[in-house]
Amino acid sequence: MAALEAVMDPEIPVLSVVDLGIITGVEIEDDLVKVNMTPTFSGCPALKLMEKQVREAVEGLGVRAEVITNFDVAWNSNRISEKGREIIKNFGLAPPPKHTGNPDFEAMRHTACPYCNSENTTMKSPFGPTLCRSLHYCFDCLQAFEQFKPV
Amino acid sequence: MSPEQIKDLRQLLYRLADDQLIIGHRNSEWTGLGPVLEEDIAFSSIAQDKVGHAHALYQLLNQELAEPEPDTIAFMRDEMDFFCCHFVEMPIGEYDFSLIRHWLFDLAEQIRFDAYAESQWLPLAKVARKIKGEIKYHVFHAETWVKTLAEGTEESKARMQSALNEVLPMAFGLFECKENNALLAEAGLITAESALQSQWESRVKACLTAWGLQWPSQVDASRYLGGRQGYHTSQLQPLLNEMTEVYRLDPSAEW
Repeated sequence: MAALEAVMDPEIPVLSVVDLGIITGVEIEDDLVKVNMTPTFSGCPALKLMEKQVREAVEGLGVRAEVITNFDVAWNSNRISEKGREIIKNFGLAPPPKHTGNPDFEAMRHTACPYCNSENTTMKSPFGPTLCRSLHYCFDCLQAFEQFKPV
Repeated sequence: MSPEQIKDLRQLLYRLADDQLIIGHRNSEWTGLGPVLEEDIAFSSIAQDKVGHAHALYQLLNQELAEPEPDTIAFMRDEMDFFCCHFVEMPIGEYDFSLIRHWLFDLAEQIRFDAYAESQWLPLAKVARKIKGEIKYHVFHAETWVKTLAEGTEESKARMQSALNEVLPMAFGLFECKENNALLAEAGLITAESALQSQWESRVKACLTAWGLQWPSQVDASRYLGGRQGYHTSQLQPLLNEMTEVYRLDPSAEW
């Protein structure tokens, strides 16, 4: 796992694949390490790159690696760790609020600004520069900001 | 599963996946042309999701039902071997046309994949559970804009209504294959197409009433059927030519 913590999400290069919650299982059979992954979004363009980086990170430990991506465990934003949420906020993105299956779109209209924590904000669009981000604006610090979307 | 069920399932997956791929390609045609930057990004992002959904469904065909690789299926078939409905083939038109299509399509998708998430055929249920989380944003986006424009100026309201009158009959092509799916529905593998359609109709009607739009008095869907049998509009072939142009240069290239 420590090796995987060094593999970063290419779209948020300070957030590891472990904290992002896309590693769903690691099995060790002698000198073979099987890593199970699940994509954040089914059309995620960074997936192939992350598979490659995960494989290389495991091989760097001197063992054989197999990376399997499937939907057996469907990723949702609740899988992001507490540490991951902190990292996302420090990166300048509003972290996704935890939810119980259905993200609250009304609450997203007043997402707390990651710069000044004000909730006097508006959502400009549910789609941003990457599939996992929405666009927002803060009326207090007059900053545009993005949120890592709750899914 | 019986051989008949497998055959029907294969057809169902081709129809679903081809709809995703073709609407995805159409949505991507808004890249660089959106009426405002946010809409440009939204249609492009939705396109990316749709192509991702198509890939996940083609992968099911490949891994569970012994069909060729996803890229081969997507880029190497002839027009007659596509089973998308006419509704998704139509050019993007103006923004009002694309927006209403986006709304009607994604609402139907949401109802369909919410239902399939409970499918007894686990591989489909897993993909549906993944897709349904993403579709929530598509429907949310579509509803926000249709509502805003329907409740906006006289002009925006009139344009939403006229686009609806034009697009709604086409949308019934989504539910063209009731007979083929009946066997699967009886076996509990999927929800019956007629049940999906009636849920979709009531949801559309409820939204129209809330937003002050009218269900068109004449809805003749018959002109827009045939896609599920491989009979397409003249719009599909040019789209396929463009979509497959690069891939066909060298199908064995490593990407």
